[in-house]
Amino acid sequence: MKVVVCVKQTPSTTADFNVENGVVSWDDPGGKPNIVNPWDEYAVEEAIRLKENHGASDAIALSMGGASSAEALKTCLAMGCTEAILVNDEAFTGSDSLGTARVLAAAINKVGDVQVALFGKQAIDGDSGQTVVQVARKLAWTPLTFVSAIKEIGGGSITVERLLDEGKEIVKAPLPVVLGTVKELNEPRYPSFMGIRKASRATIPEWTAADLEIDGAYGSEASKVDWSTVYALPPREGEVEIIDAGSASENAEILVEKLFAEKVI
Amino acid sequence: MSGVWVYVESRDGKISTIAREAIGAARMVADELVEDVIGLVFGEDVHGVADAAFDLGCDEVIGADDATLKDGRVEAIGPLVVALAREHEPDVIIAGASTLGRDLTSWVAADLDTGLVSDCIALEVDGETIKATRPVYAGKLLSTVFVKEGAQVISLRSRAFAQAESTGGSGTADWVDPVLEEDDIPSKVIGFEEKGGGVSLTDASIIVSGGRGVGGPEGFEPVRELAKVLGAAVGASRAAVDAGWIPYEHQVGQTGKTVSPDLYIACGISGAIQHQAGMRTSKVIVAINKDPEAPIFKLAQYGIVGDLFQVLPALNEAFSERLG
Repeated sequence: MKVVVCVKQTPSTTADFNVENGVVSWDDPGGKPNIVNPWDEYAVEEAIRLKENHGASDAIALSMGGASSAEALKTCLAMGCTEAILVNDEAFTGSDSLGTARVLAAAINKVGDVQVALFGKQAIDGDSGQTVVQVARKLAWTPLTFVSAIKEIGGGSITVERLLDEGKEIVKAPLPVVLGTVKELNEPRYPSFMGIRKASRATIPEWTAADLEIDGAYGSEASKVDWSTVYALPPREGEVEIIDAGSASENAEILVEKLFAEKVI
Repeated sequence: MSGVWVYVESRDGKISTIAREAIGAARMVADELVEDVIGLVFGEDVHGVADAAFDLGCDEVIGADDATLKDGRVEAIGPLVVALAREHEPDVIIAGASTLGRDLTSWVAADLDTGLVSDCIALEVDGETIKATRPVYAGKLLSTVFVKEGAQVISLRSRAFAQAESTGGSGTADWVDPVLEEDDIPSKVIGFEEKGGGVSLTDASIIVSGGRGVGGPEGFEPVRELAKVLGAAVGASRAAVDAGWIPYEHQVGQTGKTVSPDLYIACGISGAIQHQAGMRTSKVIVAINKDPEAPIFKLAQYGIVGDLFQVLPALNEAFSERLG
C-alpha cells in the first residue's frame, strides 16, 4: 500500500505582500519567503505515520509547482517521506482548482497502487480548499475531508473521525480514499538533522505533462475562473482608543458604554 | 439556462444559520439578474425545511426526502445536485461555506466541469456575471473573482451576508427521488457526537478570546464567564491551543477558524499576523493586554492596557449591570 501526500509551497506566514498591477510579490523579514503550506504539515506527518505504524510501503510527497517547490519537497523528505516527486510544466501555470485536480489525479495514477492520498485543509495563499474533493472526483475515489483522526485502517477500508461544524463524525469507507486533514490530527515532527542532510543531497524527479495521462484541460487557457484582480486590504480606519480613566471598574464602565453605542451588544 | 439555486442546509429539520445567509445572498443576486431563487432541500423529514425555505424567500423548492440524505454525506448529496443541474441548467449555484457546503460546491463544480469561487465575503452582479470578493494570502489581500463561462458555483463565508428574513411566502416543493441507493454510496456514517454546549465560533455575533496572557487552562475561566454573560463564543489564539489550555476547535487564526463577529474581545492575545488572519474582518475589536506595544492594539478600535484578571471581572460586572 502506497500513501501519497500532496503539498504546496506557499509564502511564509509572516511574509509582507506587495501588489503592483495585479501581480503579487512578497518577501519575508525572517529571510525565508517560501515554506511548506502549514496545513499540509499535518498531512505529511500522517503520511509518515501510516508508513511507520500501519504498514504503508511508501510515503510519497508530491507537489505541483515551479522549480522552487523542490525546496518544499526536501522538507517533506527531511521529515521522513520516502520519496518526492515534483510535477512541473510551464503548461500547468494558471490552472484553476479543477485543472490542478486533473494534473494531481494523473500524477497519483502514475505513482500507482496508491490507497490513501492526503491533503492539507487548504493552502494559505489561495485559501480555497477546493482541490481535495476535486482530486477525489477526478480519481473517482471517496473524499473524506476535515479528518481529525484515523481510527482504523486495513482490510481494504478506513475509519476516520471528521471535525465538522456541528460536531464529530465517525465515517467508514472502502479504500482508496482522498483525505483532507485538519490540525487536530497530529503534531508534525521537526525534520531531523540526519533527515535534513539526506534530503539536501536528494535529486527530486520531475514529471511534466508529457509524463502524465491527464484527462481533460489544464493551464490558464482552460481555467474557468478569473482571479486576476488582486489588491491590498484597505487599512483599518482610525486609531485605537485606549481607555485609561483610572480603576479597572471605571475603565470597564466606559468601555461598556461605548460598545452599547456601537450597537454590537 | 436559468435560475439561481441555493443549497438550503439543515440538520434535524432545522435550517442552519449559514443557509439563511445563503438564501439572503441568492435573493439579492436573483433580483439583479431578474431570475428566480430555487432552494434545494435535501435530507430526511425535511418537509418543514421546504416550508421554511419558501417563507425565507425561495420562489421554488426542489426537495428530496430520503434516509440516504440525512447524514449530509457529499457522496449522497453531490450526485443529486449534479443530476438536477444537468437537467435544469441553473445559471448560479450558491451554498454557505460550511464543512458540507465546501465539499458540495467542490464536488458539483468538478462534475459540471465549471468554475467555483469559494468562501466569498461580497457579491456584485455585473451583467450576467457575479463578481465575488474573497480574501487571499491569509486575509492580507483581497481578490475579485468570477467564473468566466458556464454555471457559476459560489460558496459564502459564514456571517458575511445578511440572513434572509421571513416573507410569509409559501408554496409546494417539487419532490424528487435521490439518484443513489444506500448500497451505491461507499461511505457510511457510523457515529456522530454533537458539539458539546457553547456558542459556535463561526455563527457567533460576539467572541471573547484568550491567548498566551491567560497563563494556563484555569486562566480561561474569566474569559468563559464574560462569554457567558454576553452569550458569546469562546475563542483562543494558537499559543493557548498549542499549550494545551483549550481544545483546537476554539482556535481562531490562520490554522484555525476564520471569524467575523460584530464584536471580538481579545484578552491577553498579542495579535500575531497569523491570529489577525482569522479575525481581522470583525466589526469592532477590543484588545485587553498588559503590553501597550502588542500588535493587537494596531487592529483594535478600543483598548485597555492592563491585567486581564482585573479587567475581565470588572467588565463582567459592568455588562451584567447593563444587561440586567
